[in-house]
Amino acid sequence: MINIIVYFTGMGLSIFWGTGFTKAEVSIHYPLVRPQQQKWSFSGPFGVYDRAQLQRGLKVYTEICATCHSLKFVAFHNLRALNYDEQEIKSFSNQFAIKDGPNEEGNIFTRPANPTDHFPAPFANDIQAAFANNGAIPSDLSLIARARAVPRPFPNCLTDILKNYTTAGADYIHALLTGYETTLSLEQKISAGKWYNPFFISGESIAMAPPLYDGRIVYDDGSPQTRDQYARDIAAFLTWTADPHMETRKKYGLRVIIFLTLYTGLIFFVKRRIWADYDKGHRS
Amino acid sequence: MIKEKGTYRPKTRCSRFLNHRLPFPRLIHDSIIKYYVPKNLNYFYTFGCILILMLTSQILTGIVMAMHYVPDVGSAFESREHFMRSGRYGWLFGPWHAVGSSFFFIAVYIHLARSLYYGSHKSPREIVWILGVFIYLTMMATAFIGHVLAWSMISAAEVSIAAGLFRAMPLVGSWLYETLLGGYSIGQPTLNRFYVVHSLLPFVLVFLIVLHIWAVHMVGQNNPTGLDVQSERETIPFVPYAAIKYVFTISIFLIFFAWFLFYMPDYMSHADHHIQADIFRTPQHVVPEWYFLPFYTMLRAITFDVGPLESTLFGVMVLTGSLLILLFVPWLDRSQVRSARFRPLYRICYWLFIVDVIFLGWLGSQSVNDVDVIWSQIGTAFYFIFFLIIMPYLPRFEKNWLPASIEEVIHQKK
Ligand code: HEC
Ligand code: HEM
Repeated sequence: MINIIVYFTGMGLSIFWGTGFTKAEVSIHYPLVRPQQQKWSFSGPFGVYDRAQLQRGLKVYTEICATCHSLKFVAFHNLRALNYDEQEIKSFSNQFAIKDGPNEEGNIFTRPANPTDHFPAPFANDIQAAFANNGAIPSDLSLIARARAVPRPFPNCLTDILKNYTTAGADYIHALLTGYETTLSLEQKISAGKWYNPFFISGESIAMAPPLYDGRIVYDDGSPQTRDQYARDIAAFLTWTADPHMETRKKYGLRVIIFLTLYTGLIFFVKRRIWADYDKGHRS
Repeated sequence: MIKEKGTYRPKTRCSRFLNHRLPFPRLIHDSIIKYYVPKNLNYFYTFGCILILMLTSQILTGIVMAMHYVPDVGSAFESREHFMRSGRYGWLFGPWHAVGSSFFFIAVYIHLARSLYYGSHKSPREIVWILGVFIYLTMMATAFIGHVLAWSMISAAEVSIAAGLFRAMPLVGSWLYETLLGGYSIGQPTLNRFYVVHSLLPFVLVFLIVLHIWAVHMVGQNNPTGLDVQSERETIPFVPYAAIKYVFTISIFLIFFAWFLFYMPDYMSHADHHIQADIFRTPQHVVPEWYFLPFYTMLRAITFDVGPLESTLFGVMVLTGSLLILLFVPWLDRSQVRSARFRPLYRICYWLFIVDVIFLGWLGSQSVNDVDVIWSQIGTAFYFIFFLIIMPYLPRFEKNWLPASIEEVIHQKK
C-alpha cells in the first residue's frame, strides 16, 4: 500500500520536477471489491433518518469506535436530533471527560463534559494516535461518510443522478466493517498489524483490527445483535454526523422543486399567450 | 437640456427628477425594455441572462460565506464546517455556493458553445467574444482559488500542482511561484492572499460583464441564422417577447440546479474535499474540479520533451495555449458564413470538437495509468487541429448556400 501511495505521490510531484508521467506496467484498483449498494432509510429524495437506528449507531460509536476515532464536529447537544431529551443528553455527556482550564490557580483540569462540548478525542495528538495504532492514524469520523466514495463506473455514475444515489459513504462503511474475511486467501501476505480487507479504499490491508463481531454490543430494542446490523447502524449514524441537515435540505428541496415546476408551467402558458398575440398582430 | 432621444418618457416626479440628473431609468428603459433583438432567437440565447443570475447568486452566497470564514490554515476548514452545521441557513449557503459554481460553469459552457456554433465570434462581435474569453479565464481563476479556500486535502494538493506549473515557466518561474504561494511552500500567506483575491475577482467579473454586455448592445445580437438583421420586421422588443423566453429557461435551469443543490450536493465535487488539508498527507489521485478536466488532460498529455523544451514546460505551454487560442478565434475562423446551420462540413467538425472536449474531460478524470496517454495526445492534437487547421482552411472547401434573410428562414419553417 505504501508503495502505491509513494507511486501516486511521486507522479503528482513529478509534474513539478519536470520528469513527466510514465505509464505504469500494471494498475491495481482499490478497493479490490466495490461496495454493494445497500437499502437505507435515508436514501432517495424522500429518505429520512431512522431515529432508533441512529441511537443504536451512537451506541456502537461510544462503545467501540470512540476508543480510537474522534468525532470532533459533533457536539453533545446535537444529539437532540436523535430524539434524546435534555436530561438524557446531560447525563450522557457527563460520562465523558474534558480537559479544561486554566482554572483560577492556573492549572489545567479535567471535568465531565457538558452538552455544549464536542465529543472528546481519544488521543492527545496524531503522534500518540499513530503510535497506538501501528503507525496509522484513525481518522476523525464526523465527515467520513462524505469523505469516502468509491468511484462508480460508467454508466452508473450517470444513472446515479436520476436514481439520486447519495449513499456511497454509508455503503462503503458497511462494506468495510463487514468485509474482513469475505475473500481472505491465505496466500495474501499481510504485514504485522494489518488486516486484509478487499473493501478498503486505499490498499488491500487496513491497520484497523476488525472492530465488530456478532454479539459484541447489547441492543435493548430487540434488533439483531449481529456484525451486519452493527455495521448498518454505525454507517447510518456516521451519515447523520456527516450530513446532519439532510432532512431539512430535502424538505426545502421538495418545496422549491414543486414551486419551480408550477412556475415553469405558468410561464410556459404566459409565453404562449404573449407569442400568440404577437403572431396575430403580425399576420394581419 | 438633454435631447430626448428614444421612447423613454419619465412618468413620475421622481423619474423626471432623475432624468435630468442621473438618467438611470432611461438607461434601463433603452437597454432592456425597448431593446430590439432578432425575433428568431432560440433558447440557447438565454444563457447570457442565466449567467448574470448565477454570478449574482455566487456573489450573494459568497458574501454570506465570507462572513463566517476564517482564513487561517488551522481553522479554515473548521470555520466552514462550523457554519454549515450550526450557522443560520449554513446548510443551504455552503452547498449553494459550491453547487452554484458548477452550474455557473455548465451555463458558461453552453453559452460559449452556442457562440461558437452560430458564429457569434465573427465580425462585428470580436470584442464581445474576446471579453467573453477574459470572463471565462477570470471565472476559472476565481473558481480555482475559491476551491482552495475550503482548505481540504484536495485543494492543498491542487495548489501545489498549479504552483508547480507556474514554476516551470522560464525566467519568471520561481518569482511567480513564490508570489503565488507567498513563500517557498503552501502555508498561511497562501491562504491569506487567496482569500483576498477570491473576494476581489468576482467584482472584476462584474466589470468585464458590463463591458461584454455593452459591446453586445453596441453591435446587436446575432441569431441562429447568423444573418444580419435587415429590417425592423425581423426584430422584437426584448420585453416581453424575448424576456418571457428567458424567464422560462431560467426556471427550467433552476429546477436542475435545485435537484443537485438539495438532493445531491456532493455529486459534482470530490470526496477528498471533505478531508481537512494535511501537508504531510497527499491524496492518491488529484482530480481537479470537472470544469478543468479537459485542460488538465492536455497538460498530462505532454509526456515528452520537444527540442530544448522540457515536457513540463511544454505541457504548461500547451495548457496556456489551449486557453489563449480562444482569443484568436474571430480571426482563425475565415468563413464568410456565420452560422453552422448553413455550413454542413463545419457542423460535423464542430460536433467532433464537442465530443473531443468531453472525451478529454473524461480522460482527465481517470488516473494516469488506466488509460494510455496516446488517447490524451490524440484528443489534444484534435483540439488544436480544430482551431488551427479546420477553422481557417475548411472554408476553402465549403460550398455554402445561404438564405437571403431571417424573414425567409422564418417563412420556410412555417
Ligand atoms: C483499535 C482502534 C480502532 C477501533 C476500535 C476502530 N478503528 Fe477504525 N480505524 C483505526 C485505524 C488505525 C484506522 C486507519 C487504518 C489505515 O489507515 O490503514 C481506521 C480507519 C477507519 C476508517 C477509514 C478507512 C478509510 O477508508 O480510510 C473507518 C471508516 C473506520 N476506521 C471506522 C471505524 C468504525 C465505524 C469503528 C467502530 C465500529 C472503528 N473504526 C473502530 C482504528 C480503529
Ligand atoms: C459570467 C459570464 C458571462 C455573462 C454574464 C455573459 C453575458 C452575456 C449576455 C447577457 C449576452 C447577451 C445575451 C446572449 O446572447 O446570451 C452575451 C452574449 C455573448 N457572449 Fe457572453 N457572457 C458571459 C461569458 C461569456 C463567455 C465565456 C463567452 C465566450 C468566450 C461569451 C461570448 C459571448 C458572445 C460571443 C455573445 C454574443 C452572442 C450573440 O450575439 O450571438 N460570453 N453574454
